[in-house]
Amino acid sequence: MADKLPNTPKLDELEKGKWPSFVKEIKMAAKKSPMCADLLGQLEKSYTEKVGYWKHGGIVGVMGYGGGVIGRYSALPKEFPNVSHFHTMRVNQPAGWYYNTEALRKICDIWEKHGSGITNLHGSTGDLVLLGTRTEELEPIFDELQKINFDIGGSGSDVRTPSCCCGQSRCEWACYDTMAACHDFTMEYQDELHRPAFPYKFKFKFSGCPNDCVASIARSDMSLIGTWRDSIQQDDAEVKAYVDGGLDIEEDVISRCPGKCMAWDGKKLEIDNSFCRRCMHCINVMPKALRPGKDRGATILLGSKAPIVEGALLSSVLIPFIKMEAPYQELKDIIERIWDVWSEEGKNRERVGEFIQRVGMGNFLEAIEVEPVAEMVAHPRENPYIFYEEFFEEDDDEEGDKG
Amino acid sequence: MAKTPEEIADAMHKMVKDAFGVKKYKPMDLNKAMRELFGDEVDKKTCKEAIKLLVNSGRCVYTYFGGSFLEIPHREGAAND
Repeated sequence: MADKLPNTPKLDELEKGKWPSFVKEIKMAAKKSPMCADLLGQLEKSYTEKVGYWKHGGIVGVMGYGGGVIGRYSALPKEFPNVSHFHTMRVNQPAGWYYNTEALRKICDIWEKHGSGITNLHGSTGDLVLLGTRTEELEPIFDELQKINFDIGGSGSDVRTPSCCCGQSRCEWACYDTMAACHDFTMEYQDELHRPAFPYKFKFKFSGCPNDCVASIARSDMSLIGTWRDSIQQDDAEVKAYVDGGLDIEEDVISRCPGKCMAWDGKKLEIDNSFCRRCMHCINVMPKALRPGKDRGATILLGSKAPIVEGALLSSVLIPFIKMEAPYQELKDIIERIWDVWSEEGKNRERVGEFIQRVGMGNFLEAIEVEPVAEMVAHPRENPYIFYEEFFEEDDDEEGDKG
Repeated sequence: MAKTPEEIADAMHKMVKDAFGVKKYKPMDLNKAMRELFGDEVDKKTCKEAIKLLVNSGRCVYTYFGGSFLEIPHREGAAND
């Protein structure tokens, strides 16, 4: 138990207001953990002096693994000896973030025994994050986690821990079983998850429908977003009930359709499904009246990332529609080809989206043996200097043959 | 004749050891170097096996400095006692 909590007037400000406060939580943990008491002291000093007193450790980990542990050392080990080591462990979360209380209690018991006791559920990649432990505790923690069937997640230039929305377990819009796919990919790519071999990180996120609750289109290198390729299912009586109930269908639904594929004549809603963009807006507004179609699968998009080395990117379409059924072999074959090309030609710290921008989508598609299709066009071309050399050559040949 | 994972691991280890303190190698750098050195006698799969041998035996460790590298185990500069 910590003898006395440090004086923290600046941190105390962050406890005010009606929102949850990490300071309050660390103070509670500090009653049991000297590590947390020193954490408060170092944080207060950082806030006062406007200097981050952490050093990045790059070598700590568990035997055989290249990811899952993020090394952190205090730059003031004499002043705050209990946080001289303060490593983070990422624990691979269950698909859909389902735990029972027994599992959570076991993890917390392990963490209170070997670490600071403070956690972050969940990190932006999706992992359950255990904050603050010493180097010599890493292997014992890993061993104990293995005994309760948990593994550590990804970090560094590897496949990061795949994550998914709750999918068909709770959501009627899910167009494929995201949890099954996420689990399958996690198990398939264990080697890539634990043994960094890429130019930089690679993230998978599985969303069951275009509402994209895990924000895969913005936050994963490969976004697997549920969709359908037939027509929206429509219940005309329920549409009328919404309108009779006060819904302004023109303003709230039809005018907001990005494909302008809907019309309302006062009695019936007409949808030209060939122009539907599968955005889910109309379905979200009238969930009792409209539903995704019956022929369901996923759109595979590639290339998004948050700004780190370079600016943010959104994923763009790679495969407009694919059935998401185990063992997902067609998709896995494409993934292997993407990794081969990117690993061979990618620069250090170059995400796959940046790589595609550098080499050009045409060259990239050729290298991964995927035929270009219209759905891959993200927006009208910006460069007017398009050369049609191949076309001209073929044309010339034909002319020559005629001659 | 195809090289064994052990032979490739030894060559990789030498490369990493010789460059210690001067240059860090990513696993893919080592794979490429082995293919240059041994030509058709190695493939990507065997190189992957060789890296696994190196790391599981503790002869090399993964490190992270902006990206992931393979290095000889050492005490890092940032480490506290």
